[in-house]
Amino acid sequence: MPLLAVCEISKKFGSLVANDKISFNVEEGNIVGLIGPNGAGKTTLFNCITGIYKPSHGKVIFNGLDITNLPAYKVARLGAVRTFQIVHSLKEMSVFDNVLIGAYLREKNTEKASEIAKQCINLCYLSKMKNTRAGDLAIGLKKRVELARALATGPKLLMLDECMAGLTSTEVNESVSLIKNLKDKGITFLVVEHIMEAIMPIADKVVVLDGGIKIAENHPEVVIQDERVIEAYLGKKYSKKLQIATQGREKDA
Amino acid sequence: MMKGNKKKQDLYWYVLIVLLILIPFIPQVAANSFTQHVLILILLYASMSQAWNIIGGYCGQVSFGHSVFFGIGAYGAGMAVVRFGLPPWPGIILGALLATAVAILISYPCFKLKGHYFAIATFAIVEIFNRLFMVWYWVNGALGLDYPLVEVGWRNFMWYTTKIPYYYGALVLFIIIFGIVRFIEKNRFGYYLRAVREDQETAEATGINSTMVKLSAMALSAFLAAFCGAFFVQYNLRVDPTMVMSLQVSMVFVLVTILGGAGTLFGPLLGAMILIPLQEYTRVLWGGLGRGTDLILFGFLIILIMVRQPKGIMGLVDEYFNYKKMRKVISAESDIKY
Repeated sequence: MPLLAVCEISKKFGSLVANDKISFNVEEGNIVGLIGPNGAGKTTLFNCITGIYKPSHGKVIFNGLDITNLPAYKVARLGAVRTFQIVHSLKEMSVFDNVLIGAYLREKNTEKASEIAKQCINLCYLSKMKNTRAGDLAIGLKKRVELARALATGPKLLMLDECMAGLTSTEVNESVSLIKNLKDKGITFLVVEHIMEAIMPIADKVVVLDGGIKIAENHPEVVIQDERVIEAYLGKKYSKKLQIATQGREKDA
Repeated sequence: MMKGNKKKQDLYWYVLIVLLILIPFIPQVAANSFTQHVLILILLYASMSQAWNIIGGYCGQVSFGHSVFFGIGAYGAGMAVVRFGLPPWPGIILGALLATAVAILISYPCFKLKGHYFAIATFAIVEIFNRLFMVWYWVNGALGLDYPLVEVGWRNFMWYTTKIPYYYGALVLFIIIFGIVRFIEKNRFGYYLRAVREDQETAEATGINSTMVKLSAMALSAFLAAFCGAFFVQYNLRVDPTMVMSLQVSMVFVLVTILGGAGTLFGPLLGAMILIPLQEYTRVLWGGLGRGTDLILFGFLIILIMVRQPKGIMGLVDEYFNYKKMRKVISAESDIKY
């Protein structure tokens, strides 16, 4: 049984169809990438899964439970936690307090929750700025605080909405290794990402959306050669570059 | 390091309580009933504002409707004494419970509104309750309730010749309400309140039921505000609708907290320590002529402080200490370098 099953999700805003009968599965322990051009409906799909929007049609099954019409906080309590594309950090609170709020979901006791928060802060390389106001951080660090907060809730499935956009290449590499580490700890990922170099090497599967429709779902190596994906999103030159890059990596390995 | 800080804060708190207990033993205070009156009002207003601070400061839902809960508490005690000839206590409890129920009933629909719209909705609620109590015959309408002469003592919570017991009554109220907020501030509920204030969407995505958090904060806040109302009427020995249920009273909750620092533990106390002496001494100085001078000055102070620091006086204090700490760090670093 997959950890997350998205079954024929449609979302309409008036006459605009943002998601049209999208189905895919996320298997436990995998990293699944969700890619596509701007306006493809990736974030809308995220919102449908996490209960921020009610889908017009279709079902979302998480861990064997139908979560389609559950409010956002219940979805999070079940263990499917997301971050936002536009960071929503709790500005006036310190980094530590931001993460502590996540930790309180599974642990009511303040001391134990603080322990969890400390661990997550260390995992996300944030220990140096744990007393800084979250609002004072640069965007890359804010995104990492988001990740740490989501992580502190003890999720089964982490859904990251462009958590690497706008980061420097060093920061991207750090985030990639962080995701890999967390995957080894048994967390499943669903990642929306535009940075192909970051997502392609680590994804077990990639789902491609275009204009609200799923146009491809396969291993990354297959997807980058898919005609429709190249036409809709990657472009010929870029696809070749990616292919060479992945081949090079395989040789290295 | 954090544990040491906590112990220090605990120590400050207990020292403050002891000082407040000892104040009436100062001969100047014991001999001057006006000073006692000012002190009682400071404690009362600090407690009222702290009750508001739970929902308005920590949770960020600015409510102008708190005079309704304050008024229901006041009328609870007033009705028990005037209408039923009982001691005020059952009325106080009933009033507080009623205020909580009213708070939950009116805020559930209002919490669908966000930010300014929520504040505006609470404005309307004050007006509704004000008119309702004005024409409600059973609670004596616009005439209000005048207390009869009863036996003095703790049973009736009433004294005529001394203010000292009122002072200790206010102090108990103060310790209870500040104690509750102190406890909340360091625990899960307090963090959830602040999370909802900072960003409701993030709070929800982190598994926090924000509606539930706001409703519980409102219920607790109204419950405590009602106790303050009951104390107010026991001290004042008279209550009418405009005295307790009006926008002016609501504004006091809000302004005192904002000047002192919304969402901080000692903000309401600082705010009350400024507003009350201002209010009482201008009243003494100019009598009826000076009406409103205190509010003019107070408003001016708020503008001055908000321009500099939106977190009020407590924000300024924090800023100062952070600055000092920074200076220390910087000088320590430069010591290493040179």
